[in-house]
Amino acid sequence: MSPLEFLRRYPVIPAVIIVTLLVTAIVGDWIVPHNPERADLLVRHTPPFWMEEGSTDYFLGTDALGRDVLSKIIAGARVTVLVVVAAVGTGVIVGTTIGLVAGYFGGLVDDIVMRIVDAWNILPGLLIILVVVLVLGQGLWTLIGVLAMLSWPGAVRLVRAETLSLKSREYVSLARIAGASNSRIMLRHILPGVINIVIVTATLGTGNIILTEAALSYLGAGIPPPEPSWGRMISEERQYIDAAWWTSFFPGLVIAMVVMSGNFLGDWFRDRFDPTLRQL
Amino acid sequence: MRRYLVRKLIFAIITLIVATIFVFGLSRMAGDPLLLFAKPGGYGMSQERIDQLSQKLGLDKPLIVQYLVWLGRVLTGDFGQTIVSETSVSKLIWERAAPTLQLAVASFILSILMGVPLGVLSAVKRGSMSDYVSRTIALVGQAAPIFWVCIMAILLFAVTLDWLPVGTSGPDGVSFWTWAKFKYLIMPAFALGWGPAAALLRLTRSAMLEVLDSEYVTLARAKGTNYNVVIWKHAFRNAILQPLTTSAIVLASFVTGAVVVERIFAWPGVGQLMTDAVWNNDFPTLTSTVLVFTAVFVATNFLADMLYGVLNPVIRYD
Repeated sequence: MSPLEFLRRYPVIPAVIIVTLLVTAIVGDWIVPHNPERADLLVRHTPPFWMEEGSTDYFLGTDALGRDVLSKIIAGARVTVLVVVAAVGTGVIVGTTIGLVAGYFGGLVDDIVMRIVDAWNILPGLLIILVVVLVLGQGLWTLIGVLAMLSWPGAVRLVRAETLSLKSREYVSLARIAGASNSRIMLRHILPGVINIVIVTATLGTGNIILTEAALSYLGAGIPPPEPSWGRMISEERQYIDAAWWTSFFPGLVIAMVVMSGNFLGDWFRDRFDPTLRQL
Repeated sequence: MRRYLVRKLIFAIITLIVATIFVFGLSRMAGDPLLLFAKPGGYGMSQERIDQLSQKLGLDKPLIVQYLVWLGRVLTGDFGQTIVSETSVSKLIWERAAPTLQLAVASFILSILMGVPLGVLSAVKRGSMSDYVSRTIALVGQAAPIFWVCIMAILLFAVTLDWLPVGTSGPDGVSFWTWAKFKYLIMPAFALGWGPAAALLRLTRSAMLEVLDSEYVTLARAKGTNYNVVIWKHAFRNAILQPLTTSAIVLASFVTGAVVVERIFAWPGVGQLMTDAVWNNDFPTLTSTVLVFTAVFVATNFLADMLYGVLNPVIRYD
């Protein structure tokens, strides 16, 4: 396999971007070139290193208060990863459990659950979240909670559909004849069959969650200050766009790259696990 | 068909009712409404005065009664007054509705004009340069944060190139169909339409690919039908069903996008009213705008279901 073919077949670049993000999130504190919160007005709006007046001290330039843009992006990675992993994780675990139970038992439980999912799907999620955040007050845990609220219905729908098809398979009937309890059948025989779908939903959902978080931060209802946030970096600096484009360009670029990688990986997982799902 | 629609309609209404309960509950959780007027011990308001006020505002009644009274007012279009300027919220929303509608319709048309033809092109010329370019446009459109796209567009087209103006919806009293006014619409409409266009592009592409792969298309080709006729008459008409029904949902997604885009371009629409309310802690305005947006959102979703029912024979004869 030639290198080009390898690149085409496997999502190498997206995987590298995601791994870089995760590593940055973990070791960020040790690799930041500057303290991301320390202001230094003498160097405010220093351009990136390749431009005139730029210096390699501040690789991607500095913002209006003279804070290093690169360091802020690195520091923002940790919070973003924490929020997204916690939100998607909670949402997917809750969604999978509900989907499994609804699909397996069917009947009234299933009806009620699916109506709730349908109802949630026809509501404008971001706006509802915005109101909830304003009422409960801005906070990291609130944010994780409301973002998890966004991601569970998708998981329910897919896991339920898959459970419905799996529970009529012969091996499930055999397990029941062998005397397996409901919970054992669900956990040992059906859950492994739906786990692929869970991985796909989780990866595909990540991009959406990151974008929502960024939009919330932009609107002032996301990651609470003083925690660094990519979305807020863009909103804080938008008034200086004609003087210092780099302050809002780079955080947005990072968001776009991460979201794109997440979508790519999700698509790839989906095609690999189950080609019939391609239409989703 | 009728049963299907009735079921969907009832469901939409129930969802809306639940949404109103939710919004009402949240607005009560935000704090005792009376405290907006009186801080106990703070302003030296006596207990009598507080009781008097709560009686006047109907706050002494049980919560369910309060909810019903509130719902009745909302249904008749009375959203109360804003906290900031004490003007009627419904009047404000009404004033701002037209610009938002303009923006949404423009973006909707744009996203269809961009998404559908590019999707067909990319499916027909699969693996070609145009396929890659279209898919890249779609990928970026789905991944780039909308507010960032807006800011970068302003940087490029307004600041650097100086082609398009920025801020507000243009001079007042000028007809919408003049360039002086229209040029203000271009950037926000593109920014808002890009994401939905990307979704439509991907949907159209995968639907077209599937149809082009089917036997009747091969047959039509085999009997010598003109290739363009096969694509547009045989394949496209079948493939467009799914993207078309989804397009209504796409329209609904403008609700969320409009909030951000209007903020950045200072577009005087309902979305801006809403973010202003966020900044001002103006809860009546905020909940009302959210309710209006939610109603629009639910309604468009219902329209999508209806369209789907009309277009899909399986449901039509149910």
